[in-house]
Amino acid sequence: MIAQLTRNERLHAIQIGLVVAVCGLLLGLAGRDDPIGLHGGLIFVAGLLAIFLVGRDYYAPEPSDDRLTRYYDDPSKAGVVLSIAWAVFGLAVGDWVAWQLVNPDLTFGGGWSSFGRIRPVHTTSVIFGFGGNGLIATSLYVLQRTSRARLPDQLAPWFVLLGYNLFCVLAVTGYMMGITQSKEYAEPEWYADIWLVVVWVVYFLIYLRTLARRKEPHIYVSNWYYMAFILVVAILHIVNNLAMPLSFGSAKSYSAFSGVQDAMTQWWYGHNAVAFFLTAGFLGMMYYFLPVQSGRPIFSYRLSIISFWGITFFYMWAGSHHLHYTALPQWVQTLGITFSLMLLVPSWASAGNALLTLNGAWHKVRDDATLRFMMVAAVFYGLTTFEGSFMAIRSVNSLSHYTDWTIGHVHAGALGWVAFITFGSIYASVPWLWNRDGMYSAKLVEAHFWLGLAGTVIYVFAMWNSGIIQGLMWRTYNESGTLAYSFVDSLVAMRPYYVARAVGGLFFLIGACLGAYNIWMTIKNPGLVATQGGGRPEPKLAAQPAE
Amino acid sequence: MSIFGFHYRLERKAISLILGIVLVSSIGGLVEIAPLFTISQTVETAPDMRLYTPLELAGRNIYIREGCYACHSQMIRTLRDEVDRYGPYSLAVESKYDHPMLWGSKRTGPDLARIGEKYSDQWHVAHMINPRDVVPVSVMPAYDWLLANELRTDDLSLHLKAQRKVGVPYTDDMVANAAADAYGQANPDSTQADGLTKRYGKATTVRIFDGQADRLTEMDAMVAYLQVLGRLTTAAGKSMAQTGASQ
Repeated sequence: MIAQLTRNERLHAIQIGLVVAVCGLLLGLAGRDDPIGLHGGLIFVAGLLAIFLVGRDYYAPEPSDDRLTRYYDDPSKAGVVLSIAWAVFGLAVGDWVAWQLVNPDLTFGGGWSSFGRIRPVHTTSVIFGFGGNGLIATSLYVLQRTSRARLPDQLAPWFVLLGYNLFCVLAVTGYMMGITQSKEYAEPEWYADIWLVVVWVVYFLIYLRTLARRKEPHIYVSNWYYMAFILVVAILHIVNNLAMPLSFGSAKSYSAFSGVQDAMTQWWYGHNAVAFFLTAGFLGMMYYFLPVQSGRPIFSYRLSIISFWGITFFYMWAGSHHLHYTALPQWVQTLGITFSLMLLVPSWASAGNALLTLNGAWHKVRDDATLRFMMVAAVFYGLTTFEGSFMAIRSVNSLSHYTDWTIGHVHAGALGWVAFITFGSIYASVPWLWNRDGMYSAKLVEAHFWLGLAGTVIYVFAMWNSGIIQGLMWRTYNESGTLAYSFVDSLVAMRPYYVARAVGGLFFLIGACLGAYNIWMTIKNPGLVATQGGGRPEPKLAAQPAE
Repeated sequence: MSIFGFHYRLERKAISLILGIVLVSSIGGLVEIAPLFTISQTVETAPDMRLYTPLELAGRNIYIREGCYACHSQMIRTLRDEVDRYGPYSLAVESKYDHPMLWGSKRTGPDLARIGEKYSDQWHVAHMINPRDVVPVSVMPAYDWLLANELRTDDLSLHLKAQRKVGVPYTDDMVANAAADAYGQANPDSTQADGLTKRYGKATTVRIFDGQADRLTEMDAMVAYLQVLGRLTTAAGKSMAQTGASQ
């Protein structure tokens, strides 16, 4: 890793490490009596570690110029490994949390391990750890190949990848210590948020600088999505996290907004984190890896354009459907429904475009579990976006809101769509990245596919059942005109579904563990072709029909 | 020139594409969020609305720290069954001083918007120590260590100051006496208790919330907060009565 940095880049890396270490030290000293002190120490150690690692090989020979004739994939390799590691950790915590709802004493008596603190550990680990690292790894990979240009330098991508993971570690350890803003999917406190902005700006600049050097006249559709992901997440993150810290030495801050304005800002953020983190980024992934793996060009260039701009425009209006029948003014709720329904058009245009791309390659879907991961992802994307528009309708939402139905909906998208397209893309890219004949075991990919699919289906059906039963029990009246069930009655009715959900989650976790093992073995064992020095030719994106 | 022809040229220019994305994605938020700050009807007026006391604010921060919002909403919707189950539907003004709001998104446990004074302090303490002692089928984690943890009060003035910076009208007097007010609210016989009611109003509850007279614990703060939920203003009850009369 260090050997590939130029001398100049090594110097810059040490300077960055120094700045990070000093910031950490200051935070640690100012926050001696506060949980932030521990985080200051952690940041300090991270900075020192960077200085030590780079300093140790500072005088190693510089990389030769022929590196510039190849794409720079080392950050992508590390990103894939980190992504899988976060997946296993995040899914394990998720399943633990699920069992806590079956047996609440699975906290082992600690404050750090109670449901309220561990639940954001799960969501952050899977969304930002697993998903985010997958996005960074694949975006850098796809960006170079679709632009036919190398990344502009060797240091910036490492800064983005490692800096981003520092953010994730700060977030997850913070929750267990009780550091949280309580804004769902934006829980990290002010100092972690500021750090993420720095990382994100560098990420965006890598994109711009690489695009500026591209040899393809057109920017490929994957990069539209990756750019929308980077840009809009930045806007959302900055606005929703505006807050006033107590002091430099305190982790605690108070949101700049309150009450109804805060609620609307939060769900404008929350819903568009789904849109631009969990949808746009992963559509970028799909638009590259699905055509490459199936050997078919994207079905329709025009559908790509329509769905991209539709998603970019409509999604930003839809957040208010999280606040139906609340104290949010009716006109905002109505706009939210309207745009949520219209959103189905670009969503299905994308899902349809993906599935129609497979025409002529369905025999490959049958034989190749990697491609099947992507196909199922597109199907779940279509199902989930339909369900989302449906649940945004006010009368449906009156039943579904606050219930497990929402949890089922989210996991249909997160497991069936986001995780599946990521696993598919990782299985496709690992042999190309490490120059192997294929994955270590095709059978394990197959097993992962079926475990993942079974786990998702069990999970989603369990939550549909519990959610709808909950919603109905809460609103059922008896003949004398009073409520028929107490809240506790509905809780008792949930129990079998909570067990089923935890079992489904366990299936999904076991699948991911098999995947991690398979990827590890693929990396460790040099393949036949690779040992003979040939290397499997990396497939090229089939030409798009230009119109 | 068709729009696709236009796009064919647009996608060759990175900066134009970026500007397009920023422009197109900004419209929704601007139209839906910005007016919420300017249209005066968005938040009702409630002249009797009082502020959280330092002890209640500390309790609220513990509620946030423990992630209680992950399972409990504080937003009663305008639906008959919710009003019958939880009380008058929530008004925007009731969370006017909530930085951040804790409306929540999930009810693994019941809504808490109007939980204040529905149960005794003793019930809450017993429930926190072990929820299954009072609700046998509960799946809530135990929070027994809240009773063991002393409440940190030395930084409460900083909390009130930060709250004031984001718009909550705490006075200099309130900021200066934050720690004493927190102590006073859980010690009815102390001199600090008088100062508290002078600053926050006679309706402020002053009690030994955790049942331990000699200590100020996180349990005191938590129970004080739970007991004030839905009771900062009477606006919601009045609003319901008016709606009922007009039907």
